[in-house]
Amino acid sequence: MAENGAFRSMVTRRRLLAVVGATGAALTKPAWAQRMVDLPLPGGPGAREITTTFPQKGPMILQRTRPPLLETPFEVFDKGVFTPNDQFYVRWHWALIPTEIDIDKFSLSVRGHVNKTLSLSLNDILHGLPSVQLSAVNQCSGNSRGFFQPRVSGGEWANGAMGNALWTGVRLKDVLDKAGVKPGAVQVRFKGLDEPVVADAPHFMKSLDIDHARDGEVMIAYAMNGEQLPLVNGFPLRLVVPGWYATYWVKMLNDIEVLDQPDTNYWTKVAYTIPDTQHASIKPGETGVKMIPINRMVPRSFVTNVASGSKVNAGAPSFLRGIAFGGDCGVASVDFSIDRGQSWHQAQLGKDEGKYGFRQWQTHITLPTPGEYSVLIRCTNSNGVAQPDTPSWNPAGFMRNVIESTDIMAV
Amino acid sequence: MFRNLLSLAVLLSIASTPLVARAVTPVELKSVKIDLPDSDKMFPDGSGSDAINNNCLACHSADMVLNQPSLSKQAWTAEVNKMINNYKAPIAPEDVGTIVEYLTTLKGAK
Ligand code: HEC
Repeated sequence: MAENGAFRSMVTRRRLLAVVGATGAALTKPAWAQRMVDLPLPGGPGAREITTTFPQKGPMILQRTRPPLLETPFEVFDKGVFTPNDQFYVRWHWALIPTEIDIDKFSLSVRGHVNKTLSLSLNDILHGLPSVQLSAVNQCSGNSRGFFQPRVSGGEWANGAMGNALWTGVRLKDVLDKAGVKPGAVQVRFKGLDEPVVADAPHFMKSLDIDHARDGEVMIAYAMNGEQLPLVNGFPLRLVVPGWYATYWVKMLNDIEVLDQPDTNYWTKVAYTIPDTQHASIKPGETGVKMIPINRMVPRSFVTNVASGSKVNAGAPSFLRGIAFGGDCGVASVDFSIDRGQSWHQAQLGKDEGKYGFRQWQTHITLPTPGEYSVLIRCTNSNGVAQPDTPSWNPAGFMRNVIESTDIMAV
Repeated sequence: MFRNLLSLAVLLSIASTPLVARAVTPVELKSVKIDLPDSDKMFPDGSGSDAINNNCLACHSADMVLNQPSLSKQAWTAEVNKMINNYKAPIAPEDVGTIVEYLTTLKGAK
């Protein structure tokens, strides 16, 4: 079981600026205005700045300035099932990110193993194809990596590298049909406008199998939560792959290439692979395991209104609320346990906003006698898959979904 | 008006998929121009700090490395080699040992 860590974090005044940059744009705020958060990552370091210096973004946990890795502060998830655009987490691989997008000049190319190469303007996409909407969770493959034990390298996220939005856009299938996929196509590769800093380094690209790309669910979004995407979330176009990890949701999408051979590019074939084992789990140090590209998400659930370490009255009902998601399908049930998993009780589910989105849940718990309790929350998805009660481990720190535990003291 | 018809058509055609065409609110896009903040934070002074400052700040700011947990010398060696082999970091072979030593001193497994 995992400590529901994000709640242990406390915001404190930054005591002093560790390094004073003479010209850094990030340091334009006076030292006293900077706030810190302490993420409870085992062994540390957990101190992160809360930054408000990124355009179109509100307060975010600064994991890395360049290229930006910005984590959603966990309190945000208590506000509802849709994560506001200005606090939606941000994750880039390469630092050459265009900072200016002219909507009249931008175009999306569709090429490769197709009958007709296309160059679509934003107008073609917004007004020339049927619009569709869907709510879906976008979660980094490495969300919660910082809780892995033994610890692994990478973006050292707590639980906030995820978000749920209502995506508006067009079906990828409609775009591919317009170009006419030739027989023999096997995959479709997606590329955005971001570029590697070193010329011969691998450009960030991801591929989906042709049938997946044409399933009618994968979409090209031009809006999230009813508004254009913040630039750092992928303006103007972002691929939406419902139920799949965010590595596939290519940002600033401007190039779609239909392939007649499996993609061998670094980011599809080498990076973002998981052990082909149950729960993608191996023993630390284990080698010779077959690796496969990461793919479908797995269920998760969190308490959002009570922090670990909180006190409640013994013998009286306390209100508990949170979010859950099924991963690659809907939420069937959310259950809680106050006796370390010996008995489970169903929580009440909130409105269903679509099977790929967050689902709110709520319940009242009564902790019978004074003492320390670990409250466990478990999501079972509509495919019958439940969160496991022991954490999995893999060297890249992917797919964490162990049952979370919130420590509550009854007094 | 045109869009309403379109939405209706979508609604009818995809009733069986989770792509919901709840009368899609028209979205108009606006061009964007922003400045991204940068960081000129350097690695803490110490033996080898010049080597790491010279070789490890081109592609990502120092916080990428400073926020890492303590790792073994073997893990730090693998990390530096990954930068060279996978990401084409232009690092002189003679600097590799110095950088690994620096990282193991700063963030070695205890
Ligand atoms: C040529 C570009 C480049 C240079 C130079 C570079 N890195 Fe990286 N580094 C990357 C990329 C790309 C990533 C992956 C970024 C991501 O996932 O967001 C990365 C990630 C990392 C990570 C996170 C763990 C991981 O493997 O993803 C660490 C730690 C790291 N680099 C350390 C270093 C050190 C130490 C140096 C100097 C020896 C260095 N880097 C120089 C490109 C570079």
